[in-house]
This record gives sequence, C-alpha cells and structure tokens, in this order.
Amino acid sequence: MYRKLISLSILAISQLTLHATQDTSSYTQAINGTNLSFEMKAIPKGKFKMGSESGNPDEKPVHEVEVDGFWIGVHEITWDIFEPFLYKDYEVSQSIDGEVPSNVDAVTRPTKPYLDMTFGMGKEGHPAIAMTHYNAIQFCKWLYERTGVFYRLPTEAEWEYACRAGSIGDYCFGDSAEELEEYAWYLDNSDGKTHPVGTKKPNAWGLYDMHGNVSEWTYDQYDENFYASSPSMNPVNEPKKLYAHSVRGGAYDDEAFDARAASRLASDPSWKQLDPQIPKSNWWFPEAPFVGFRVVKPSVQPSKAEIDAYYNTPPIIDK
Amino acid sequence: MNNTSKLQQQRRDFLKASAVIAGGTMLSSIPLMGHSSVNDIIKIALVGCGGRGSGAAAQALSTKFNVKLVAMADAFRDQLDNSYKDLEENFKEKLAVPEEHKFVGFDAYKKAIELADVVILASSPGFRPDHFEEAVKQGKHVFMEKPVAVDAPGIRKVLATAEEAKNKKLNVVVGLQRRYQKNYRETIKRIQDGEIGEIVGGQVYWNSGGVWVRERKPEQTEMEYQMRNWFYFNWLCGDHIVEQHVHNIDIANWVKGSYPVSIEGTGSRAWRTGKDYGEIYDNHSIEMTYADGSVIYSQCRHFEGTQNRVDETFFGTKGKAYLSAGNAGKLWDHQGNLLFNHPTKSQANPYQTEHDELFESISKGEYNHWDAEYGAKSTLTGIIGRYATYSGKVIKWDEALNANNSLMPETLDWDAKPKILPDENGLYPYAQPGLFNWQKA
Repeated sequence: MYRKLISLSILAISQLTLHATQDTSSYTQAINGTNLSFEMKAIPKGKFKMGSESGNPDEKPVHEVEVDGFWIGVHEITWDIFEPFLYKDYEVSQSIDGEVPSNVDAVTRPTKPYLDMTFGMGKEGHPAIAMTHYNAIQFCKWLYERTGVFYRLPTEAEWEYACRAGSIGDYCFGDSAEELEEYAWYLDNSDGKTHPVGTKKPNAWGLYDMHGNVSEWTYDQYDENFYASSPSMNPVNEPKKLYAHSVRGGAYDDEAFDARAASRLASDPSWKQLDPQIPKSNWWFPEAPFVGFRVVKPSVQPSKAEIDAYYNTPPIIDK
Repeated sequence: MNNTSKLQQQRRDFLKASAVIAGGTMLSSIPLMGHSSVNDIIKIALVGCGGRGSGAAAQALSTKFNVKLVAMADAFRDQLDNSYKDLEENFKEKLAVPEEHKFVGFDAYKKAIELADVVILASSPGFRPDHFEEAVKQGKHVFMEKPVAVDAPGIRKVLATAEEAKNKKLNVVVGLQRRYQKNYRETIKRIQDGEIGEIVGGQVYWNSGGVWVRERKPEQTEMEYQMRNWFYFNWLCGDHIVEQHVHNIDIANWVKGSYPVSIEGTGSRAWRTGKDYGEIYDNHSIEMTYADGSVIYSQCRHFEGTQNRVDETFFGTKGKAYLSAGNAGKLWDHQGNLLFNHPTKSQANPYQTEHDELFESISKGEYNHWDAEYGAKSTLTGIIGRYATYSGKVIKWDEALNANNSLMPETLDWDAKPKILPDENGLYPYAQPGLFNWQKA
C-alpha cells in the first residue's frame, strides 16, 4: 500500500502570511489540560546551500534551496511528553482534571512495547527514542488534538537549514570536529547513552542537540539521488514507501563525521530485527535506540482536510 | 574453604550436573534420524499462533535448511487464520498447511504435533507442560517459548518430560534467547572462567511500562475472555515475574551455575489496579539466596512514567560484570579497569540464532540442545518469586517444587469456569501478603 500524495501546501506557506503572523522569538506550547509544555523557535524564511561537497555521495550535489519560515522544537521531544501519548493511564495521571478529552482519547496510541524502549539510558529529560516514522507522526496528531495546533515532522531541507543556522561549514559552528563536544553528545563524550536535552551549547538560532544526542526523523522519503533533481523551493521527497525515510543529525553513538549538518541516514528494516513477533510492530524500532525527533509548526496552519490527510494515512504494514 | 577452592568446587558441581545430562543421552538406544538429504524435508508444526508463535515460525522458516510448515494449532480460529496469512506473505513456498491440517480448540495441539518432526510451542505458558509432554511422547524435537510453566505441578511435568526427551535424544530449545546471544555467552564464559572471581552478589531487573491489554467483549465467555487477555491471569501467564522477568532471573542462575535454595520478597498492585488487569501484581522485588550464601537481588515492575531498566549486574570477589539484551557485556576489576567489553553494534539476532542452531542440529542428526531443564528451573525460580511476594513468606526451593497447587481449571472448555472469577464490579481477587496461602494457590 502506498501513502497518498499529500498536498505540498501543508508544507509550504505564503510569504505574506508569514510576515503578518510570525513572531521572531520562541514560544512555549502548553499541552492543554496538562502541566506539560515544550519550547518552539521561529526560523526565518531563507536560502542556503544544502549538502556537502566533502561529504558522502548522497550529500551531492550541493544545491541552493529556499525554505519558507517555520517554527521548530528547541529540543528533541522528550519522554516526559511522549509517554502521556504512549500510555493512556499515564496521560490520565498527567491531566489536570484527571480525564482525557474524547477527541484526544480517540487518537490511536502505540502498542505498549514489550521491551524497555529507553534501553536503560534514562527517561526524565531524555529524548524519546526508537519510535517509527509513523509513530512520530501519530504523536504529532496527538499534540494536535491536545493543542489545536498542527505539528508535523520537519522536511529534510527544513532540518538542515535549521541545523546550519547560517553556517556553511560541516557543523553549525564551523568545520572543526574538535569543537563538537561543546555542542553535541556523540561517540567521544556520550558514554554510549542519551543525555538530558539542552545540556550542550545551542546553535546560532537557539536549537539544542541538532548534531548529537539522537538522530531525528524527517518527513522525507530517503533517496540518495534526490539532490540531483530537487526543487529549489521548499523541497520535500514525499514518502510513499515504508523504507527508507530520511534521518538527520548525529546520535550519541555516532562518530563526528556522521554528525555533520549535511550527513543523511536511511531507515532500514534491520532496525526491527529484535521484534520477535509477526506481524512486526508499526510503532517501534527496537534496534534504533539512536532515533528520535523534533516537531515543526508551519507558519500557516493547513486546512482541516490537509491536516487529516497528513495524520490519517494508514501505516504501511511491515511484513 | 577459601574462595578459590570453593569456586573450584562450585565449578566441579556445575560440570558434574552437565555430565549427568550428557551421560543420560549416552544411555539412549534410540537412533537419531538426520535430515541431511536435500529431499528430506524437516516438517514443522506451530502450536499457538499468536504474534510470538508466528514470529518463531518465521524464524524457523528463515533457517537455511529444507523446512516446511505442515500444521498449525490454536485455541482460536481467527488467530490461526491471521497467523497463516502473515506467514504466507513471506514464506509461501515453505507453507504446506492444507485446511485439514489447521486444528482449532483445546486439544488441537495433539493432531498438529502428529504431523511434524519439530514442534514450536508458543501457546499461553499455562498450557506448555501438557503440550511439551505430548510433543516428547510423540518423539518430536521442540522449540518452546519461555516460561515453560506457571505453577509447581507444571514444572514437575516439564522436568519429567525433559528427562524423557534426553532419553530419546530429542533436541529441545527454550526461547530464553539470551542463552543464544553472543554477548551473554562470551561474558558469562569469562565469568565462569573466574575473571572477576567468585560471584557474591548481583542485581537483575526488568522495569518497564507494561504490555498490551485486550478488552472484554460482550459475547465472550469468562474462559474466552481470560484466554484472550492471558497476560493478566496466573493460570495462563504466571504473572510478569514469570512471563517476562524469567529472562533476567535465568541469567542470574546461569552466572551462578546453580539455583536459589530460598527466596523472599515483596510486591503489590500499585499502578495497574483496574478490572482490565486481572489478578497479577505490577511490581515484585525478590532476594534469591544460593547454596553458597550469595544473594542476587531481582526487581521487576510495570509502571508508566518512571525510570526503566532491563539488565543484569554481578559482583565478584575480583570485579564486576554488566550485561544487557542490547548486546552489552562488560567486565571490570575492582579498580575500575575495563577487562572485557563486547561490541554492541552489528550483532546477530538471538531469536534467529536459536532456530539456526536447533535446525542445524536436527539436520545433522545431532543431539545438542537440552534447554528444558534449565528452562524449567529458571521458570520455577520466577514462580517461587511469585509465591514469595504473594505470601510475604520465605519460600524454600524444595518445598515449592513439591507443592500441589495447580492453577489449571478442572476442565478446559469454553463454558468451563476458571478458578479465579471477577466480583460483581468486574474486579478480580488478588493475593494479599500475610493472608495468601501459596501452597493452596
């Protein structure tokens, strides 16, 4: 089964509206009905050179891309706000009036994982990990039902633009891998574990953990040749197949080279190797504890029909 | 006795126990039929067609040997059909299960077993002792999921059947897949070779968020509801200290090379208290005392929103060890120097390895797998843990092993009554420490 083509208008925005509505600073998104919240940062419309000549073949050719403005999570989504989505009973316990509104309750939740999906790396303040692309999108749907605000995964282009924050080097701070340890939890300093988000330096736009801690889902289908034919305005490679989706940013177990702004990772069926069941779960990647995500809010909220199309595409069954 | 000689004595006892197993096989006069010929198909029957049973069948069919699935059995027709459909997607040419070889109901297993050389037993754990007994009676090799029983009478049946399997040289693999995972094998071999001295203590954990719940449907009889929602009823599941935590408890026994002589502990229902959750506890903490006086601490809980941990740590007279299912295997000396560090990336899938090794042995006509005994004894360790947390008493191994406290219903029928029934509010009675009589459970 293929995902339906989703209108690009969900991902694009009108520049006029951008100027009319976009705040240039952060805002705090309350998860209504709970005491939970998360921080979002406004990213201005702009052009940048996407990819890297000195990187892997899939990062070439370097090409100029223009993206409209958007808001993006200051931090990777943490277990603190992911678990109320995962566990209904826990959501009840986190709700101010001890109830879950019916529209929120109607959101399909992940199957409860048989394994410990923190893999012993810690939970409070740590990024949520090992969820599938579908799971991450369903979390966005849950957020939408809780907040009334449309959240989605970043496109690859948005992600790289946000990560670079104006830098043309390998990293948001330049080319020197020696400085990476000030900005990122990666192989050399992580002790093989995730760390609480926001405990290293942010990039110039105030975003934390873009180069490390966990790699992050983007919305795009991974295609190593996409850059050769990529549109220059708000590019997105619409996902139609279960594999592969594009994952960006290094993780706690990555070398500095793989944590560069331009490096790309493709999701892989082996990430479910340790799922001993048939059919395999649509919700979890037990062998990808290095994957998490952050959310984006486009400047213009799409129509209800577009929102439904984004959230309600059924999962592609994994055999 | 100094530490070194005590350790050597333990190791001798351990080897002696292994030799008894090997010796038993040599007495057997039954020849072992190999399946080395290309045309000689190894026929597999799947008993218990849930997600895990289907997964185990997929792993068996993914081995490089000439295998075919020839029969399926389940209590529920819909479960069997879903399983067949899922397997057909990927293994069409390895499925040879005509309609008349799909068996449904409480005694479906007997007919499926008849048609196979190897039987996969993956029903709810409470049925395992009967299914294992039948498979070995019929002379079949077995892959059976953990745990292998839920009460002491079930364990005795599995242990007796394990003896019979040995005599018949039937390979038996139990789905305690850490035993087939390289980090555990390599690290525990080093521990048993004495690299961190004598093991004097340790901690094993399965703290996670809990698992699936199946809602009651109005048309279901009580028997059907409990069987669909089997995780929450002890006659089917054994509580999560048995169903899930047996993995970590088994590692403690493996590292110690023996089994606890007594267990005490505490547990409760703190989070999962509603009518959807049957009778099981959601947390257990136990202390397992071994014959040499060493104590391994175990903790398992299903709480949402709290710290998770699933791993094992052991303390030796010369150092410590850390193990986890994420392929970790580390040894340090007491100065903190790393003595051994198993790579965590690009490791084989242990769920596949257990089938690869089982079918390799069968295809060569070799007898290499006698997991049922340790599978039963580690399962019993979890069961005794439950007796201890439910009763609040210190439970001795021998006393528990001999208990006559079967949890099975008197009759197995869709209209029959399980021993535990809900009250007028739909809530099930559960054990209260101090009041619970584990010997009459």
